[in-house]
Amino acid sequence: MSVVSDTVEWFSDGSHWSGDDGVPIRLLEHLGYSALTVGVAAAVAIPLGLWIGHTGRMRGVAVSVTGAMRAMPTLGLLTWFALISGIGLTAPILALVILAIPPLLAGAYSGLESVDRQTIDAARAMGMTEWQILTRVEIPLALPLLVGGIRSAVLQVVATATVAAYVGLGGLGRFIIDGQALSDYPRMVSGSILVIVLALALDAVFVGLQKIAVGGRAPAPATSST
Amino acid sequence: MNWAWENREQVIDLTLTHAWLSAVPMVLGFAIALPIGWYASRHRRLRGTLLSFGSILYSIPSLPLFVILPGIIGTGFLSPVNVVVALTIYAAAIMVRSATDAFSSVSPAVLDAATATGYSSRQRGVGVELPLAGPVLLAGLRVVSVSTVSLVSVGALIGVSNLGSFFTDGYRRDFMTEILVGVVGIVVLALVFDALLVLAGRILMPWASLTRPAGVEA
Repeated sequence: MSVVSDTVEWFSDGSHWSGDDGVPIRLLEHLGYSALTVGVAAAVAIPLGLWIGHTGRMRGVAVSVTGAMRAMPTLGLLTWFALISGIGLTAPILALVILAIPPLLAGAYSGLESVDRQTIDAARAMGMTEWQILTRVEIPLALPLLVGGIRSAVLQVVATATVAAYVGLGGLGRFIIDGQALSDYPRMVSGSILVIVLALALDAVFVGLQKIAVGGRAPAPATSST
Repeated sequence: MNWAWENREQVIDLTLTHAWLSAVPMVLGFAIALPIGWYASRHRRLRGTLLSFGSILYSIPSLPLFVILPGIIGTGFLSPVNVVVALTIYAAAIMVRSATDAFSSVSPAVLDAATATGYSSRQRGVGVELPLAGPVLLAGLRVVSVSTVSLVSVGALIGVSNLGSFFTDGYRRDFMTEILVGVVGIVVLALVFDALLVLAGRILMPWASLTRPAGVEA
């Protein structure tokens, strides 16, 4: 019970809600890093994934690279990069971008692969150019899986940005890492609750976006197992 | 890699701890998910609810979960049990989806045939459904194995020793070799777990490598 009351007390303390180390600033930092890294990763991974899905080229490489990346321990990547590039935001941000690429890539190429070949052939037979096929047929039909990939990437980045506080990144993870350094358990628990609420809220937003992406059509296949 | 040789005792020790901290959640998660997945494949209405619940659990970030678990289950703050429980939750969350897909992939005609040949519902579950669902279950376990071995390392941040301790220690000492040893150790451990799962699959399901059903590739 003391954990609960200590945490409630932490949240009701006004000083935790203002200043550079207050909840609003840390939350904005966390959202900022997440948006930045997912944005950069998407700019690289989505065009690449669309190209792989549209042409079918390099698919084997993409599958094995995204598979191998899953085995990569995020904390190892973060500390390694931090030692290479020294103190600063470059290392953690770069590590976050790298970790966000595999789900985005997989969402893009598996999304295009989920489109029925006959639909694409029909579009081609109607005289659509390759570009028109991609933008007017394949991407709209691939949207649910594409959004699913962005959803995984966002959750991955929000979680890893928390861990990245260990190598000096700001954001909500600071409450956990600093709290531990000071043996301030209520601070750690409060930070953890904030991260969990943020992750669940973002997840809920993406569930909504996926519903919109599916639109009035029949739902897309539930798994991207191929 | 001289450093790894000189510190081989610590490397072996942490590797074994890491293997243990990964294996227990995988086994527990599988044991929890199997009956739930079987049930969900039978009851269409519950299926959506169970799967979205699993996806919500899986979207909880690991470090915060490690931190709040002691407050919920009453374990010590530095106890490895927190890591085991958290990873069991993730393993079960992934596995429920795989198990549901696996049991749904068994053809209803085969089930009817088994019933018609006089199988009781328990015999049918163990003797027919489980082996036929096996390949998809194995694919799910392989995904769980990779993610669990990798996630254990985050436990090092809250003082639970494992190969991830090389990351925190190497970072504090500004010693890159130590971090590399940890990365290599974890990747090798993940490959060993994967090879063991594939081997177990070959032994338990010798037919699966001959007739590969759709959806095995994860």
